[in-house]
Amino acid sequence: MDFLTWGRNPWDLPVLQHISWDLLWASLFAGVVFLVAHASYMVFSAHRKRHADETDAMEAARADLPPRIQRHSLPARLFHWVMAASMFTLLLTAFLPIAGVQFPWVTWHWVAGLVLTASIVFHIIHATVWLDFWSIWVGPRDVPELRAELLRELGHEVPGPRPGKYPLGNRLYHLAIVVTALVVVASGLFMMVRVRTPFFTRNPYLFSDGTWGLTYVSHGLGGVALVGLVIAHVYFAVRPDKWWITKSMILGWITRRQYLEHHDPDRWIMNR
Amino acid sequence: MAVIRDVMPAFELFQPTSIEDAQAVLSRYGAGAWVLAGGLDSLDWLKDRIRRPQAVVDLGGIAALKGIRERDGGLEIGAMATLTEVVRHPAVRERYAILLEAAEVAASPQIRNQGTIGGNVSQDTRCWYYRAGWPCYRAGGNICYADTPEAINREHAILGADRCVAVNPSDTAPALVVLDAQMVIRTAGGGERIVNAEDYFVGPAIDITRMTVLEPGDLLTAIRLPATWAGAQFYFEKIRDRQVWDFALVSIASAMRTSGGTIDRIRIAVNGVAARPLRLAAVEALVEGRPRNESTAVVAANLAIEGAQPLRFNAYKVPLMRNLVKRAIRGVEATTWTS
Repeated sequence: MDFLTWGRNPWDLPVLQHISWDLLWASLFAGVVFLVAHASYMVFSAHRKRHADETDAMEAARADLPPRIQRHSLPARLFHWVMAASMFTLLLTAFLPIAGVQFPWVTWHWVAGLVLTASIVFHIIHATVWLDFWSIWVGPRDVPELRAELLRELGHEVPGPRPGKYPLGNRLYHLAIVVTALVVVASGLFMMVRVRTPFFTRNPYLFSDGTWGLTYVSHGLGGVALVGLVIAHVYFAVRPDKWWITKSMILGWITRRQYLEHHDPDRWIMNR
Repeated sequence: MAVIRDVMPAFELFQPTSIEDAQAVLSRYGAGAWVLAGGLDSLDWLKDRIRRPQAVVDLGGIAALKGIRERDGGLEIGAMATLTEVVRHPAVRERYAILLEAAEVAASPQIRNQGTIGGNVSQDTRCWYYRAGWPCYRAGGNICYADTPEAINREHAILGADRCVAVNPSDTAPALVVLDAQMVIRTAGGGERIVNAEDYFVGPAIDITRMTVLEPGDLLTAIRLPATWAGAQFYFEKIRDRQVWDFALVSIASAMRTSGGTIDRIRIAVNGVAARPLRLAAVEALVEGRPRNESTAVVAANLAIEGAQPLRFNAYKVPLMRNLVKRAIRGVEATTWTS
């Protein structure tokens, strides 16, 4: 399997062109393997869930909370679904032609890329100004939660911290998607100079061959990584035990019981 | 222009005598096989060492690919029929004169004696950046050297460009499009596929590395001309830098049926302006039912060039195409040339 594709420029020097499309199939394979492995583990493992009577007691103790807890505001949900639509458009327009489904994809691709870029800019501003910016990030403070969650997954009864607003896996996923999305967006915006758009005069000589090669490789690596990441995301979104989170991304709220069952009220504090 | 080195890279030469044998070799070598018809485009590629096939399959010995015969009221032209044979065939002259005109202006007499109609429609683009072996989009790379601020792109596309701005060089292609010709393809799996001439050619938006729908292992075996446009009023014109042995800057072909000075039905196609011959369906829809006169021609010509995006050196193709559309609809004598 090749990782990179090289060509020779007019001076007969080797130039990096893009990643090998073998990596697309590798990413697809990795995504599907993860999906199967995780699903198998969830079926056969003894992972620990909070008992119903434990949640009953918490719910009785916190009857002061509203029956519906807002998890995602309308702007946050709109951002998510616009981003999802643009992401699917980008992946389909990028990889279907490579898979042999030929259609005029370029304009769709860069338009979807601009939609994704705009939605990310909106999200950064919205999250910085109106949301709890740090609630989605991971850091050293999350080590105890990581340890507790791992032990629970292995079937142990652990009193350690539960997730705040976002489960640890959710935050790690967000971190991965931030890195890959920013790589593909930044590289993609420069690559738009090489195709006809109303925004730039087409100029493939903006960078040197080597810099363009790195730009294309970055874009390709980010793209194939997103294939695996999106498979994982869709898998979790449709899992029955995670459906309450998916539903909250549509409706905006979760029930008081779900809030108490899955979150740590001390880390995701509700105003009474 | 590439330097012709004259010493071709080594390859295995196969000279099958049947389509089946040819396809067996093509299947065995896949993308490493090269189909040789008249050899006029092929030898450039091979001598320049830009293409280095493992195997060359010479179709010259396959009798089934040759000749021109009557079929269902129309004609079937073998893919290996030479352009000279096409030009001299009485049925082509009598019923499909537009194909005669198009074939007759291709290259030079010597080349027409050797070049085949299958090769003429399937030949690769003449973009010199691409033919020099540079790693452009069409060659599998990620750049178009012909569409840069400094590029020499006088002969390149004004319509339908998508990253690549190369144009289709075939003279017979637009004539076949207006005749509603059907391309008979023997597929790699041994089946037969009939493709309308209009759909035989592929633009860069769909597949940037190919000019036609032919996949590795596919073989164009014949071109069928239905009776639909036989004996219609035809118009063909090829504009080139010199009057012999040159590719078209822009060419136009039209087939028309009129009654009482009104255009009943029309097919019109241009080449040399995009990576595939363009059938001007919007122009056809506009002019059908209208009188065949100067005002119809002017409106049609202006519609034809809508969306044209000239490059640095080929803006002249816009008025050229507009005037050719006018001439095709109105006729040469009555048309006023406008810049």
